Amino acid sequence: MNRFDYVRPSTVAEAVQALGSDPAARFIAGGTNLIDLMKYDVERPGKLIDITRLPLAEIEERDGGLRIGALVTNATLAYDARIRERYPLLADAILAGASAQLRNAASTGGNLLQRTRCYYFYDTATPCNKREPGSGCSAIGGVNRIHAILGTSGHCIATHPSDMCVALAALEAVVQVSGPQGDRAIPFAEFHRLPGDEPSRDTNLAAGEIIVAIDLPAKGFAGHHTYLKLRDRLSYAFALVSVAAALELDGQTIRTARLALGGVAHKPWRNTQAEALLQGKPATRETFKAAADLILREAKPQSTNGFKIELARRAIVRGLEQAAAGTPQSQSDKRIQ
Amino acid sequence: MLIDSGSPGAVGTIGITLTINGERRELQVAPWTTLLDLLRERLDLTGTKKGCDHGQCGACTVLVNGTRINSCLTLAVMKDGAEITTVEGLAGLTQREGKNSLHPIQEAFVEHDAFQCGYCTPGQLCSSVGLMNEGYAKTRDEIREAMSGNICRCGAYTNIVDAIEEVMHQGDAR
Repeated sequence: MNRFDYVRPSTVAEAVQALGSDPAARFIAGGTNLIDLMKYDVERPGKLIDITRLPLAEIEERDGGLRIGALVTNATLAYDARIRERYPLLADAILAGASAQLRNAASTGGNLLQRTRCYYFYDTATPCNKREPGSGCSAIGGVNRIHAILGTSGHCIATHPSDMCVALAALEAVVQVSGPQGDRAIPFAEFHRLPGDEPSRDTNLAAGEIIVAIDLPAKGFAGHHTYLKLRDRLSYAFALVSVAAALELDGQTIRTARLALGGVAHKPWRNTQAEALLQGKPATRETFKAAADLILREAKPQSTNGFKIELARRAIVRGLEQAAAGTPQSQSDKRIQ
Repeated sequence: MLIDSGSPGAVGTIGITLTINGERRELQVAPWTTLLDLLRERLDLTGTKKGCDHGQCGACTVLVNGTRINSCLTLAVMKDGAEITTVEGLAGLTQREGKNSLHPIQEAFVEHDAFQCGYCTPGQLCSSVGLMNEGYAKTRDEIREAMSGNICRCGAYTNIVDAIEEVMHQGDAR
């Protein structure tokens, strides 16, 4: 780990000022991803700004929904009674990720800003356009079993590793940020970026901005939802494919559908055309297959991750079936019903 | 600003206060010192183990204000003011009058043969106490899931779950 300066502000304004326009400064909260990256020399900050003492650790009622402070830990969020009752999809997605120790430390804001777990991004001996723009992508044609099948570019095929964010995408959360130009709100779909020709930029946060809260809209889909995560071992592993499905039903007819995928793209993957296709249709396997086919029509396999396309197709169908039946995937009993 | 390490480039240390296993300690630490390295290298509390040093194995698990975390992914300076409990302090959490005893989870690990080589055991023990403090895991499936952050390459998992289950049912978590 490199040497760095350390400051601990007490207000958001002080934190934003401490960051200023210093490209080598980083905020640190849980530290579960940043410290790891520092140990690999992927991150070499000149200054760490410890934001853990900022007053951003509350969950509050707001406009029929909830405002989650950026410093609320993943564990606090997942076990909050209001989240479990009104947004069980979010609680389930959080509990599907990481370990109890990591969830106790990791913050809500930090979860959004965690970096990809692409092997080459972590290995400073190999080219990586995300870590070192212009150096090339080692994953294309390399070991890419865990990599993206949707929204890739010729410069980067990394995936976003978060489970929480997949649920937040399906729930249409809003990211509240503060910065030198003041405060602004970013819809979740616009927060993370596709790699395009600038894969070093994961998000649309502007220089100098800090996440202060995540807003959940009133609609929580508590009746019909699931978070189905498929991975190489039953717990404590990143998703190969995950599905956050949320439905509102009129009898057996789909009134509203939300569907987001994890493990398949540079950001939580939503396809609003597929959601529109589901709307007004009967909640049957045939309907769900049509939506899955639409989403995966544009999927592009890499050299060793072609299996993900069929895996995603089946996960989407199974996830929608679980949501429609009102039988969400258990995050402790891993049998898939 | 609550704390400022000083001018850029200065190799400054920062004064912090930690209560470690019940003992209050005033310490000067470099900001890049992890809690794990502080415990092991500076304070000779070598019960806490360095396994992967990347938050993947759980051997470094300690309790911070009663909550289990990976001490390898935590900067000591960020825990200024906190109460830290390591494996060396577990017995102290439950010391019974006139009896020099282990924590019930330690006794249960011995009773159930919940380890072979023992390298992961301090982390498993602290994680078990953290799990019981949390109070969410009840069934065997839930205990297994909530302990998945602690890897045991000897494969003592079944007996670890047995040990935790027994202590949990004693209602004697602390």
